[in-house]
Amino acid sequence: MEGACPFPGLDELVTEMSIYRRVQIAESGDVTVVKFVDRKILDEVNIQELGQELFKLVEQDNRQKVILNFSNVEFLSSAALGKLITFEKKVRKNSAILILTNIRPEIYEVFAITRLNKLFAIKNDEADALATM
Amino acid sequence: MIEQKYPSRLGVHHATLERLTRELRRLGWCECDIFGVQMAIEESISNAIRHGNGQDESKRVLFRCKVDTQEFWAEVCDEGFGFNPSQMPDPTSPENIEAPGGRGLMLIRAYMSDVYYNDVGNCVTMVKRSSSAGCD
Repeated sequence: MEGACPFPGLDELVTEMSIYRRVQIAESGDVTVVKFVDRKILDEVNIQELGQELFKLVEQDNRQKVILNFSNVEFLSSAALGKLITFEKKVRKNSAILILTNIRPEIYEVFAITRLNKLFAIKNDEADALATM
Repeated sequence: MIEQKYPSRLGVHHATLERLTRELRRLGWCECDIFGVQMAIEESISNAIRHGNGQDESKRVLFRCKVDTQEFWAEVCDEGFGFNPSQMPDPTSPENIEAPGGRGLMLIRAYMSDVYYNDVGNCVTMVKRSSSAGCD
């Protein structure tokens, strides 16, 4: 048909890519690996967008295994922590698995101070996380 | 001395935060101390905007700070009625651990050497002394 995209699936891929502005998504088998675009997660608008993108993964896309890779993250505010907590609740509600990885020492300290290192499953890196999934 | 008056709009202080971060680096502060100062400023000003002034843009947040090679000092004041910081719930308790908010104060106290409130509870003063032995 005239005007149709010559590359099957490209429209869908472009649409999917444009949905995510705050995270980068990759697949490793049946595991979804998520990286953060922002090095500093403190802007309120960005945090709201981040939440919507993460929630979509489990609530709409029904991802059952999710790794959040924090290697890009240099700073995050308590508002960002709040969004992660809400995400964790949605993961649990959907009987999915969530593991946080590659957290820098200064970011891990934030989790430790707030005792959130006990709420979240945390592994050193993606390989460690994948081994348990 | 940096002195700014912000409308109560979240994120309005971020340019000043970046400027202060650069100044701390120039003065030779180690990265873990800089991280702590960033956290304290972010949380205290966000609290003032959100909770103190209810995100009413007609209300102002006053931010003052001074920094040298040894010490960071800052004051954040809002136009709200204040609160009693000693009566804040523990965000790490089992009943609060999954609440999305309530951690800002804990983080400020964790990273600062000293934290003081005025009697009303609408001004916080924060002091951080630089790590003499450097960061770990």
